[in-house]
Amino acid sequence: MTLDETSPMPLALLAEQVLNGLQFGVMLFLMAAGLTLIFGVMGLINLAHGSLYMIGAFAAASVAGATGSFLLALVAAMTAAAVAGALVELVVIRRLYARDHLDQVLATFALILIFSEGTRWVFGSFPLYLDIPDMLSGPVTLPGGIEYPRYRLALIGIGLTVALGLGLLITRTRLGIRIRAGENDREMIAALGVDISRLYTIVFALGAALAGLAGALVGAIQSVQVGMGEPVLILAFVVIVIGGIGSIKGALVGAILVGLTDTLGGIFLPSLFRLFLDPSSAANAGASLASMAIYILMAAVLIWRPTGLFGARG
Amino acid sequence: MRWGLVNAVMLIGLVAFPFWALAADEPFMITLATRAVILALAAVGLNIALGWGGLVSLGHAAFFGIGGYAMGILASHAQGYTPLMEWPFLIEGTKSMPVIWLVAVLASALAALGIGMLSLRTTGVYFIMITLAFGQMLYYFAISWTAYGGEDGVSIYVRNGFPGLNTLVPVEFYGLCLGVLLGVLALNAAVIHSPFGLALNAARQSPDRVRTVGLDPRRLQLAAFVLSGAITGLAGALFADLNRFVSPSMLSWQMSGEIMIFVILGGTARLFGPVVGAVVFVALEHSLGGLSEYWHVFLGALLLLIVLFARGGLIGLVAGRGGGS
Amino acid sequence: MTVLAAHGLVKSFGALRASDGVSLDLRAGEIHAVIGPNGAGKSTLIAQLCGSLIPDSGTVEAFGADVTALSVPARARLGLARTFQISALAMEDTVLANALLGALGARGSAWRFFRPVMRDKALRETAEDALERVGLADAATTRTADLSHGQRRQLEVAIALTMAPKAFVMDEPMAGLGAEGSKTLTAFLDGLRAEAPILLVEHDMDAVFALADRISVLVAGRIIATGTTAEIRANTDVRRAYLGEDA
Repeated sequence: MTLDETSPMPLALLAEQVLNGLQFGVMLFLMAAGLTLIFGVMGLINLAHGSLYMIGAFAAASVAGATGSFLLALVAAMTAAAVAGALVELVVIRRLYARDHLDQVLATFALILIFSEGTRWVFGSFPLYLDIPDMLSGPVTLPGGIEYPRYRLALIGIGLTVALGLGLLITRTRLGIRIRAGENDREMIAALGVDISRLYTIVFALGAALAGLAGALVGAIQSVQVGMGEPVLILAFVVIVIGGIGSIKGALVGAILVGLTDTLGGIFLPSLFRLFLDPSSAANAGASLASMAIYILMAAVLIWRPTGLFGARG
Repeated sequence: MRWGLVNAVMLIGLVAFPFWALAADEPFMITLATRAVILALAAVGLNIALGWGGLVSLGHAAFFGIGGYAMGILASHAQGYTPLMEWPFLIEGTKSMPVIWLVAVLASALAALGIGMLSLRTTGVYFIMITLAFGQMLYYFAISWTAYGGEDGVSIYVRNGFPGLNTLVPVEFYGLCLGVLLGVLALNAAVIHSPFGLALNAARQSPDRVRTVGLDPRRLQLAAFVLSGAITGLAGALFADLNRFVSPSMLSWQMSGEIMIFVILGGTARLFGPVVGAVVFVALEHSLGGLSEYWHVFLGALLLLIVLFARGGLIGLVAGRGGGS
Repeated sequence: MTVLAAHGLVKSFGALRASDGVSLDLRAGEIHAVIGPNGAGKSTLIAQLCGSLIPDSGTVEAFGADVTALSVPARARLGLARTFQISALAMEDTVLANALLGALGARGSAWRFFRPVMRDKALRETAEDALERVGLADAATTRTADLSHGQRRQLEVAIALTMAPKAFVMDEPMAGLGAEGSKTLTAFLDGLRAEAPILLVEHDMDAVFALADRISVLVAGRIIATGTTAEIRANTDVRRAYLGEDA
């Protein structure tokens, strides 16, 4: 990262992009944390996690539209996603734990089709909009005179708070102990008298609530529409591959790495190419490469550590 | 025995279909059947990796799209009389299907080699996520690739040509696609009964055993992945030619999911499974799609029922479980 | 002449030292049995000999070369055949297909894509001979998943035979065979040592004492004694550490 004096990029812009990357990263973390927990505890790959993100966003947009309260919208998003998650777990997912990954992929892919088209049926194809609450709108001036949107800064704060809370939940509470035990040895915790199927439903609902929260929070800076969940889901997979399956810490580190790589790549690669290409080809080549940057990061991690940065070996 | 019957019925049906469509004066049906045959070919490709190799690739749209873009790029340069590149040597576009197919097969095989080498460093759920991610990478690359239309893709005016055929006549193009499909199925049948097929089959079931007799299961699986990607790439070139259009949507994760659905709907590791799956899918799309705009809900429900309750796929329901040999 | 040897193998899993300086050798023409209580590190030893585990320190030597860094397939191609304690077979395929896989491995390449494997006469003969020798000829077209437990053990041995190896490493081939089956296999292995030496890890003491030229006793990751059957019977350490518990 060498920015010399003649560079057209002032430091403030760099700081802003780093914050954007961080904001993107923590939102990815909310998705990836649920996925990695569900995989770690139940051994399940859940493609429908993106649908729960979408459900959260739609619930938030509807409730905010009806009540005008952003806080209520967030509560609604988490509740709707958690309820949808618990229902799906009870009706479909629990039949899949003993199945191979292929069956899990197909069944959860089928769930995406049902959720996406079902949502389109109910809400139509036009996107909904969720407004940023007044309290959080407008810019805030950071130390060093950098202006940054208050809402995005709040997202970073919420994301990091959730990460901390999740960390405490896993390490300090009874539920957390059971979750960790479930990751290590399913028979053992069943033998200890823990109701394993209830634990699974709770973990699934928890993951779903996090996805729903992310959907609602991001929904306020993008539009709320059918199909919004899957691109985020796939990025969350990249995060998990980088961080290592089952590791919350890995999910956080991976998510922030991916967020920063994506945001900074989009800025720096075109400038980098400008050093040896004419401006329009530089913009094109830079944009193309930037769109692939996080996948190249993933490939590099795969070559270096096939089970991810914090993944168990073998 | 019943497997043979199912295969024979499919074969006769595919050959006889255009005669019925012509007799019934339903020319649109031929285009629909061509679509089914091409999608079947894409799924036949995936079936080699998924069914015999045990590799759950959720990124096969990458190869489908690469095949499509091979067509779009070569044909658009040919119709615009602009060379692909002039330096260090001159490469011109082409409107000849055999050349396009060759390029599509080579390009998608090369991509499959790269993606396979990286993805096969892992197994299981990692493999699924990684193939999905690489598929998405190419999708975003195509979107940002403004030289070839970016998000809008590339259109060509006239379908490409094949020596001795008029590909603009729907039934001739159908025949050509069916010929390719049957040729690839014959190749597929030969490969699964070959020494390679035997070893690949064992590598899926017991990689430790394969290693113990001195063979490398990963290299077998990589070869299967490359073959699989090449076939799906060929299907992509045909699909783009059918629509005279290629866009990033051919590379989307939904496309990967659909190709996988064809395989599962029909039954994995069955020669004609993907063909049954693609034909049923296109038929459903046509009939349910006519009934409701939201037919994917019903497709999803059907798929869910099949996964939860009929694990051999449709072909398994008709022909009974097991005994495929 | 030494065919296969371990020199000071150390392998730890966390705090557990599964191999704690293991050295042993397998000589031409012999059956060398390794016995020891459960958890003594027998499976870890086999895994290091065959290449599925890399030792933390120490070396493995096979057929006069240091093979410590070689993969499982590479060691197999040098002539090392292994049978698994828990059958590792292609369960959906026929018995013959499993045997053919061994023959393919012995040929060193599976890169043939078009000719049906069943029409490869040389390959089929190798596979069918091996099945014949272990008494599975009648079951050639049976699906492997439908075999009895004992028959799967026989198939494990048959696959090893198709490879015409220079040494066998067998992990509890008698397990679950029953008295009659053990007797038959014991007689078969007795003759097999003339073809290639066998490193035999086994719990069935009747078989071990009937077959072994030499016995090594593995306890808690260490070899506490190596010798002829008579020497091992007489060894007080062994009696105390191992036979004493089992007698």
